[in-house]
Amino acid sequence: MAMTTENAKVPAAACAPQAAAPSAIARFLDSDIWYSFTRSKVTMLAAAITALLILSAVLAPWIAPNNPLDLQTLSLMDGSKPPVWSADGEWKFPLGTDQQGRCVLSSILYGMRISLIVGFLGVLLAATIGIVLGLIAGYFGGKVDSIIMRAADVQLTFPPILVALLFDGTMRALFGTQKSESLIFWVLVISIGLSFWVQYARTVRGSTMVERNKDYVHAARLIGLSKPTILFRHVLPNVMGPVLVIATINLAVAIITEATLSFLGVGLPATEPSLGTLIRVGNEFLFSGEWWVVIFPGLTLAVLVLAVNMLGDWLRDALNPKLQ
Amino acid sequence: MLAFIIRRMAQSVVVLLTVALIAFALFRFVGDPTQQMVSQDTSVEERMQIRKDLGLDDPVPLQFLRFIGNAARFEFGVSYQNKQPVAKLIAERFPATMELALASALFALFVGIPMGVFTGLYPNSVVSKLFQMISLIGVSLPTFLIGILLIFVFSVSLGWLPSFGRQGVVKLGSWTTSFLTLEGWRSLVMPAITLGLFQMTLIMRLVRSEMLEVMRTEYIRFARARGLSSRSINFRHALKNTLIPVITITGLQLGSIIAFAIITETVFQWPGMGLLFLQAVQTVDIPIMAAYLLLVATLYVVINLIVDLLYSAVDPRIRISGKAA
Repeated sequence: MAMTTENAKVPAAACAPQAAAPSAIARFLDSDIWYSFTRSKVTMLAAAITALLILSAVLAPWIAPNNPLDLQTLSLMDGSKPPVWSADGEWKFPLGTDQQGRCVLSSILYGMRISLIVGFLGVLLAATIGIVLGLIAGYFGGKVDSIIMRAADVQLTFPPILVALLFDGTMRALFGTQKSESLIFWVLVISIGLSFWVQYARTVRGSTMVERNKDYVHAARLIGLSKPTILFRHVLPNVMGPVLVIATINLAVAIITEATLSFLGVGLPATEPSLGTLIRVGNEFLFSGEWWVVIFPGLTLAVLVLAVNMLGDWLRDALNPKLQ
Repeated sequence: MLAFIIRRMAQSVVVLLTVALIAFALFRFVGDPTQQMVSQDTSVEERMQIRKDLGLDDPVPLQFLRFIGNAARFEFGVSYQNKQPVAKLIAERFPATMELALASALFALFVGIPMGVFTGLYPNSVVSKLFQMISLIGVSLPTFLIGILLIFVFSVSLGWLPSFGRQGVVKLGSWTTSFLTLEGWRSLVMPAITLGLFQMTLIMRLVRSEMLEVMRTEYIRFARARGLSSRSINFRHALKNTLIPVITITGLQLGSIIAFAIITETVFQWPGMGLLFLQAVQTVDIPIMAAYLLLVATLYVVINLIVDLLYSAVDPRIRISGKAA
């Protein structure tokens, strides 16, 4: 009995140092990560921009000047208005409007919300698939391991964007092209999830193979814990470190993938636009001189991805013991 | 060495067979192969007869073997949308994609290597910092956004270059080329830069880090001590030794250039295979999807194989360790 509690404690403490309530913030402020964070002005700027963008996406319904999804508030009279600093601009539409009179700033805020949700869910799905398969492959080894890893090898031969396109096309064929918008949303999430699981699986498998032979796993096995319990309660917390780094870097890639799919016209429709959809629709007006309809969503996407990327790069270096 | 080659080839065959299986499953189970042959008033008996003629009632493994046989002769049936043989559609568009990929690979090499050498030799100069900034942007920006920005600046604002299409095409037998006319180059330049920018930054970063490493080694210091000119040291001694990984990466990236061409071709309405594939995904045109998948997989696997074999042929250290083992 004593052994059970002992065993439960070790990984629990290892997995969540921040969970130790009162001193958590103090310990975090004292950590190497926080130190390295405060030393890098660029990282702090990137973090501030990321936080600002995520916050404004979350608060979109409250801070957006107009509601671009509510067709009743749209008026063709407001169509094709330039940004506020141009001669014909007005404060009601700070970044101008598209041809239907939709406010560009509001569209961006709502679109960023959808882009971020798809990105987060896609990364979550990829991480979940990758972690589960990686744990199984690393822990059991043998035939299961080689099947999973060969599948990973085959998928690695293709760039993720092609895999995502292929899954997207297949799911379109299976469900028919006349499908509801909520289904398209999940098709995107699943396409992204299935395209990026390999990295997680490889990393988790490697760490699991190391953890498998440690004493705490032997002990857990000896007292007769079930395999799922050993894998998910004992091994998993000890292999999560690198997964978090991959997930951060992956978020930027997932957002780009979603935007690319939507831009290519196999993503979200114009009635529920993400940043990629906005860019695709706006691109058609580029030649009629209405540059603001496409350039502003494009810049937002670029800044968002750049900021998340810089955060990911920093996190990777900060957690890499070789560079310290 | 021979064992290595054989093992490597066996691996490639396994990958190709897996992809063929996926393509077959797409073809056979997701799409309906009889779709393009029946109309609404085809009777049930006729439908059964068509299925029998096509061999769809045979055991699935037999069908798979037949599918591979057809694929080897590049027969993928008829496109659902265009009602034309898939092989013909792809063959028409193959040269456009290949020329685009070649142009962007050359752009990536001839701009990326000098930038990498410079940033590696003078890591603290202002110009190097600028190049580093450009590379960060090149890695972060989505391909389609770069294309749109280029169109906005050079076509819409300045009016220097055409914004879409492949113009000035000359026919050379069954191949079409846009390399021979000024008009062709003008329409090629923006798509090639868009497609090659990511590879350029990759090559630049790679050459930079290799150069930084090589410049610290003993033989460079020895070359300095011998009083060789810095030009000779930088290019004949240092750069030469950084090029092996560059060749490898460029070779491997050639495959992903072909895949990423899907996006560039859409932005610039470039009439290549990628655009064809994308239209197939939008309209669920399974035969084209299956054929494209197999074609890209084959290109990928062949390129990877050649690069791996070349790499072991070029780098003597690999050969030696191969002999020892």
